[in-house]
Amino acid sequence: MAAAVELADTDARPPGRARKGPGVAPWVFLAPYLVLFLGFVIAPAVYGFYISLHDYDYTLPGKPFVGLDNYAKLFSSDSPLFSDFWDSMKATGIFTLFSVPLLLAVPLAVALLMNQKFRGRNLFRAVYFAPYVLGVAVVAVLWRFLLDSNIGLVNQYLGAIGLPDSIAWLNTTPAAWVSLVGVTVWWTLGFNAVIYLAGLQDISPELYESARVDGANAWQRFWHVTIPGLRPVLSFVTMVTIIASANMFGQSYLMTQGAPGQETRTAIYFITDTGLRNYQMGDAAAMSYVLTVALMLLSIAVFWLFREKETS
Amino acid sequence: MNEPIHSSGVSRRAVLGLSGAAAAGLTLAACGGGKSASDAAGGAAAGPSTAFSGTYSGPAVTLSYWNGFTGGDGPFMTKMVQEFMKENPKITIKANTVQWAQYYQRMPAAVTAGKGPDVGVMHLDQLATNAARKVIVPVDDLAKSLGLEESDFTKQVWEAGIYQNARYGIPLDVHSLALFYNKDQMKKAGVDKPPTDNASYMAALEKFKSAGIAQPSWMPTKWPDHLMFLSLLWQNGGEPYSADGTKATFDSDAGVKALTWMADIVNKGYSPKNLGPDTEFVAFKNKKYPLHWNGIWQINDIKDSGVPFGLSFIPQIGDRPAAWANSHHFYITRQATQDDNKAQASKVFIDWISKKSAEWAGAGMVPARKSVRETEAVKNSIQGPIAAQIDDLHFLPPIPGVGDVQAQTLELAVSDAITGKRSPADALKTEAAKASQLMEANKKKFGAA
Repeated sequence: MAAAVELADTDARPPGRARKGPGVAPWVFLAPYLVLFLGFVIAPAVYGFYISLHDYDYTLPGKPFVGLDNYAKLFSSDSPLFSDFWDSMKATGIFTLFSVPLLLAVPLAVALLMNQKFRGRNLFRAVYFAPYVLGVAVVAVLWRFLLDSNIGLVNQYLGAIGLPDSIAWLNTTPAAWVSLVGVTVWWTLGFNAVIYLAGLQDISPELYESARVDGANAWQRFWHVTIPGLRPVLSFVTMVTIIASANMFGQSYLMTQGAPGQETRTAIYFITDTGLRNYQMGDAAAMSYVLTVALMLLSIAVFWLFREKETS
Repeated sequence: MNEPIHSSGVSRRAVLGLSGAAAAGLTLAACGGGKSASDAAGGAAAGPSTAFSGTYSGPAVTLSYWNGFTGGDGPFMTKMVQEFMKENPKITIKANTVQWAQYYQRMPAAVTAGKGPDVGVMHLDQLATNAARKVIVPVDDLAKSLGLEESDFTKQVWEAGIYQNARYGIPLDVHSLALFYNKDQMKKAGVDKPPTDNASYMAALEKFKSAGIAQPSWMPTKWPDHLMFLSLLWQNGGEPYSADGTKATFDSDAGVKALTWMADIVNKGYSPKNLGPDTEFVAFKNKKYPLHWNGIWQINDIKDSGVPFGLSFIPQIGDRPAAWANSHHFYITRQATQDDNKAQASKVFIDWISKKSAEWAGAGMVPARKSVRETEAVKNSIQGPIAAQIDDLHFLPPIPGVGDVQAQTLELAVSDAITGKRSPADALKTEAAKASQLMEANKKKFGAA
């Protein structure tokens, strides 16, 4: 059987090339990325899993194997980590829930605006993108002082126009969430806007023209031409934004320090505290895996959601 | 001045302080790289140099020296290091200043990787933790050759340097919480001397109020609120942790009383609610209110702000005088012991600085040695009132890992009670139970090591 197939092959192709396949060339081209991927993603992930199975403190010689204990601790309510961990997951959840819709909608509006033809368009494009080039530390320092409840400019200006001027923006909820989400939207909307803008410029002008000829108004053109045209971009932006929001750390670490109490301490913040400040690396690794699994499930859900729309 | 220095560092060095997180990676990389580069340079210089310095007789050597003096204390340390190098040309000190908050995270990691300090300064309450982690090594011989004697130190400072019968730290200074007051505002309100007890504190608050300062005593909701709490707990006769290090006891009646007093300052309107991190410090420097509780290491910073201030021991709110204090200790790392020359040079360095601790008082600290502390220069310094009451200072017990436990539990309880999220009794009870659990786990972990 096999010989017959082989014979047939040799008949169809020049001799000598049949069994060779693609050879090493693809691997050579893949190698640079593959090496980085294995070295900086796969290997640490495997090592992290190994750590999560141990009572791991790198400064101590003994790192006893504890099996799945570190995971069990996260799901048993009498462990000291339980409430802190799930509170931090809740904080991450709240932040993601409020920041993602805004980070999808506001940049889209900005992108639509920037896609118009008007004088100084390039300047405005730069202005909206500008905050994104700042590091999280710069952004957080800036806003921490602006938002300070007693000495900050924001309250100062609110007072000047007759609004309440004693809102504790950084250490009471929900004001702290408003600050964190607001600052994050201000900071990162430029990135999403640029991607939307690229997507908008890919939509053929003829589609708009024919829609207009058919008598579609602005809203109908947006809904029936722009949105479907942006769908692939939208799915990418949604996924990336969810993951970025779920990984929020710097803003709450630097602006609120988790205040009030530990309400704005996000999952990544708590994992950092546990692993790098308290040296409970086994626990921290286990938490990372729980967070990862949660994110994977969420990503699958988003993927499925967008796929569903395509078929309907 | 322990964990949360980052919050106070912020106001000192606004931008530098807060960019910490992002800069951390960079700085770490830079100092790791910088150190090996300078090692190479030191090695090259070793050949031609043959001069003897008298104290250190080996080849030229470069020591990596880590500390966390980022505030008004920094310039003094830099000056002392330069003087040392002038007198000891064969020893090059490569100093690396890291904010305390990051210091205790990075230092053990760096030493484990062999890129950490050879010699450095850390707080008394961190010695046991790092000794248990085997990051630092015993220095009994150095203590002996320095002629350090127990009688020259207060008992707690002396004993805190000892872990499992070996000495790990050479005490440099003592620093405590203190009461800073604005002299102009005192005069204006007719408060002729700083309050010394609860009655006079409350009377002063009322006087300030009638003099038009409605909120005369701002109550922090973050650092250093837990230092105030610990001070008041001790004043009421309580202890935060059991002596054997297995149980948290800060939810005692003494603790509840202490925290209730603090929460009442806010509830009675003497302080704005929900202060942001460091707000009370910045506001005091801007002459917004007269009575400010902070560490004496802020003396130079407050001096620079131009506030006409005085300093006194914190008022006795409870039934005995007490104030939270900490102490800077020199240590030598495991890393330094791998090279005899470095170990030797490190000891010469510690010996030299330790003898100059009077100069170090200029950084706002109280010298650890009684003999230095009782000199006129120290007595007449701003921190003189603290030096005089050194026996009333209390330190955290040498329990490995206690700093981390405290940050996760006690600090949270204090903050929640002051912001009114939980009642003092509830907050303390819940967090003390959690702290006991964590301490039990730590005991097992460090005991096994």
